[in-house]
This record gives sequence, structure tokens and C-alpha cells, in this order.
Amino acid sequence: MKLSGLRGRGGAGFSCGLKWSFVDRRSGKPIYLICNADESEPGTFKDRQIIHKDPHQLIEGMIISCFANDVKLAYIYIRGEMPKGAKLLNAALKEARAKNFLGKNILGSGYDLEIHVHRGAGAYICGEETGLIESLEGKRPYPRIKPPYFPAVLGLYMCPTIVNNVETLCNVKHIVTMGGAEFAKLGTPNNTGTRIVSLSGQVKRPGYYEIEVGKATIGQLINDPAFGGGLLEGRKLKAVIPGGSSSKVLKAGEKFKLKRKVEGKDVEVETDMLDLPYDFDSLLQAGTMSGSSAIIVLDDTVDVVDVLANLSEFYAHESCGQCTPCREGSLWMSKTLHRLTHGEGRKGDADYLVKIADNIPGGKTICAFGEACSWPVQSFVAKFKDDFVAKGTADEEARPP
Amino acid sequence: MSFTVPANLEAEIDELITHYPVKRSASLMLLHALQEHFGHISTEATVWIAKKLGLQPINVHELVTFYPMFRQQPAGKYVIKVCRTLSCALGGSHKLHEHFCTKLGLDPHAHGLQTTKDGKFSVEFVECLAGCGTAPVMMCNEDFHEGVSHAKADEILGKCK
Repeated sequence: MKLSGLRGRGGAGFSCGLKWSFVDRRSGKPIYLICNADESEPGTFKDRQIIHKDPHQLIEGMIISCFANDVKLAYIYIRGEMPKGAKLLNAALKEARAKNFLGKNILGSGYDLEIHVHRGAGAYICGEETGLIESLEGKRPYPRIKPPYFPAVLGLYMCPTIVNNVETLCNVKHIVTMGGAEFAKLGTPNNTGTRIVSLSGQVKRPGYYEIEVGKATIGQLINDPAFGGGLLEGRKLKAVIPGGSSSKVLKAGEKFKLKRKVEGKDVEVETDMLDLPYDFDSLLQAGTMSGSSAIIVLDDTVDVVDVLANLSEFYAHESCGQCTPCREGSLWMSKTLHRLTHGEGRKGDADYLVKIADNIPGGKTICAFGEACSWPVQSFVAKFKDDFVAKGTADEEARPP
Repeated sequence: MSFTVPANLEAEIDELITHYPVKRSASLMLLHALQEHFGHISTEATVWIAKKLGLQPINVHELVTFYPMFRQQPAGKYVIKVCRTLSCALGGSHKLHEHFCTKLGLDPHAHGLQTTKDGKFSVEFVECLAGCGTAPVMMCNEDFHEGVSHAKADEILGKCK
């Protein structure tokens, strides 16, 4: 797994082999594996496709992963809003049990494994791995404080636990078939393998496209006839949300300095946002992330204030409420954006939004939701400040004194 | 009115509990099972689950109030969930929501779940349903519908008997 260079497909892009190596194998406690199928990052719809179209690929990947980590009991935590997916998985698990790919003494190997499907109930925060674990324990999905609750050591029932995304676990099957080194030849260095990109928003051909990581640029994904097929007629690109709704927005025409090796030397290459290779590292260098590999395309017909208001309403609804900066901050941002989109804005709202957003993340909250709700606000207001100020000013001037 | 869980459902629930080394873990699955059967989670259902899993009723009640999918009041026979989040909003989900509300005599601007007087339909906005590539998307009970035009919406309503 380490040789393959596989990085988690859920959002953080952490090395999967390294994650597995952290598992405490000497505790004497059972080790659990949980497949995170709580796909709910706005813009992302790849796991639904995998579950609906090839549930056995996931189950095979899980069986191999469980065998490698000496796991005897595993769960698939699927979104509550995917009841069909849960039924398909249960049917597929039944088929696997009938063939003795699951259950006692699998194919005479002496190895036992059971996998169960567990349904969530509509809470985005369950995608956060410790929140997911709490939820699977039958509690409110309040994320746990890390340290000490790193799942690899203190996870489900305070036992060592691995939480992997659906797509990550599917890759395991291919890594074992191909060999780690061969798998690592796919994609680009440090960004190996393939990835399913969820493309949505204002393009001709929204959909899910599997690419070798880093072998297509954002521009190609939007404009190439094999992918997005370009913008709608007569429209111009305004912005791109590159990695799920939490990722920082990229403005059309933005340029970044990317570090590249040219003839053995490190050089900085000026790169337009459309020419950014779609991989983990390039997007990180551009100050954003590929996250759950979900691209939302915005053209010049949209009002970015409306877009941000929509996203902020999502975060205000989904904050679990455990930490004050996030619970209150996400709501304040949403309320401020609500007034800006309902003719009640103020000139200073742009600065006010950034002030709130700056006060949520950075270790003030237990989990990364604080970052997730702030990044869109910080980036949208920084890059489209004029739009926000103009709206607030117009509202202020239209109001009777 | 007495609260009774039918024997076959209880057998199903007992089997679900065996999936977990700790009974409490089955809470969400039990809530789903009872809501699917009764249409909502009543106080009696909460108490029943708590007793079944050896918990205090508050341990179950706090889940009902936290997780958006559980409701304490009955809903319509058909629950229509329209995705509200960005990609669907760009794809016209607000118009779609309004279309359903107008058609069914509900208030398109009201917050939360609304049910028609005859108890046949409920309409609500929900957050991202993970179908962003075929916006706008919606659910009608367990069925997931993609690329829902107003004509398709009428067709979906028409099939609800």
C-alpha cells in the first residue's frame, strides 16, 4: 500500500498506507474498519455511482483491506439519504456471504470477517471520521478531540479503527492485483492512481469522469469534449470551486506560481488557474485543495453573493453545534449573507464576513468543519470583494435614512 | 392508543441488534426501522427503542432531535425532498420547490417540512443529495430522481397514488 502511494479519496488526501501503519496492533483489542460512504460534501457524487454500479468492487476492496489489517468486523456507513444504495450493498453482501467471501473461515483460509451496512440520518458532520465513529456508536455525531482520539488508536468502542472512503477502498483491490509499484505508475509522482472527478454546475456535460490524477488540468476537465465539453453558449467563466464546497474558490484568470522540476532544477512556473493539473499538490500550491475531487463551475450569469449565501446556509445548518466559534460563526455568516441577498445588506458586510470567518478556524474548534465553513467565505470575499461591497452599498443607499 | 411493534418487525430489529458488539450502536437503524413503519418517531417509539437497547429515553430522543431525517410529527404519505444546495440551486431547484408547493397548495416560502391537508404529500428542502451532476435532484420517499424538470415533477406526482 505504501509503494502504491495511494492517497485518501475522501478529502484530506492522506497516505492510505501510512494511515494503516498507525493502527495499534498490539493493544489486544479488536481492530475495526469502517467504510465512509457518508458522501455529503456539496458537489460530490462519485461514491453513489460506485455503490450503485459496482458494489462488489467496494466489498472486495474492503475484504482485502480487512484481511491486511486483521479486521474481523467492518461497517459501511452509508448516508441515510441513499436507501437504495444501502439495499444494493446488503444484497451484494448477501451474495458475497453465499460464496463464502465473507463469514466464517473464508474460502478455507481460517480467516473470519463480517461486514454490515449502517445507515446515517442526514447529518453532514458524520463524514468527519470521529463524528462518524460516535454516530456508529449510537450517539450524536460530535467529533472527538484529537489527540487523544486518533481512530487508529482509540476509534470505534475505543478500539483501533481504520476509516477509509469508498473510492479509497475500491483502489485497494486494484493495487493488490497490479502491485503497488505498477499502480504508482498511474497518475503523477506523489499523486498516484486514478480519481473520479465529480463535475457539476454550469458546463455542457456535467458528470463523473475518471482521470489519472494530475493528467488533466482544470481547464481540460471543464472544456474538453471528453469531459465537461465547455461552458454553455455565450457564457464566460467566472469562478471554479475545485474540490467540494469547502475548498477555496478559484477566480477565472487567476495566476499561480507552481514549483516544477525542469531539467533537475526547481523552478517556479506561472500557471493560469485553468492550467492547474488536477491533483492534490498543485491545488495545494494554488492555496486551495482537490478535497473530494468535486468541481463546481460558475459562469458569468451567477451572482457570487448568492452562491456564497447558498453555501453558508448549508454550513450553518450542518454545524454540529459543539464548538461555539463554529456554531455561532457559521450562523452569523449565513445571516449576514441572507441580508445581503434580501436587499438588507450593509456596506461593511464584506469586511464583517471576513472578520467572522477569520475567527472560526485555527485550532479554535474540535474538527475541521471550522475551516470548511470559513474557507469559502474568506476566499469568495477576498476574490470578489467588489461584488459584495457593491451589493451592500446599493442596499444602504436604497434604504430611507 | 397503544403502541405495538409487529412481531415480524421486532424480529427484524432483533437481528439488526446482533450486527453490533454494543447494543447502543443499533439506535439509528432502529429509528429508521420504526420511522419507516410508523411514519414518524413518537415518544412511545423513543421509549420502546430505549428499553430495547437498555438505554435511557433521552439517549434516543437526543438522536431524533439531532439527525434531520427523523421527525417527531407525522408527514405525508409521500415525502418530497428537493435538494437546496449549490449545484442544484444553479440547476433550478428553487423553482422546482416552488412548483411543487404551488401545485400542492403549500407555501413556497415557508421554512421546513409542510404537509398537504389531505396528508398525501409533504414537501421540504434538504441539503446536498449527492447527485450534483444531474441537477436538480430530489427524492420521493425512497426513490431518487435526477434532472427533474417541471414536467417530470408532475409525472412523479401523478405516479403517487
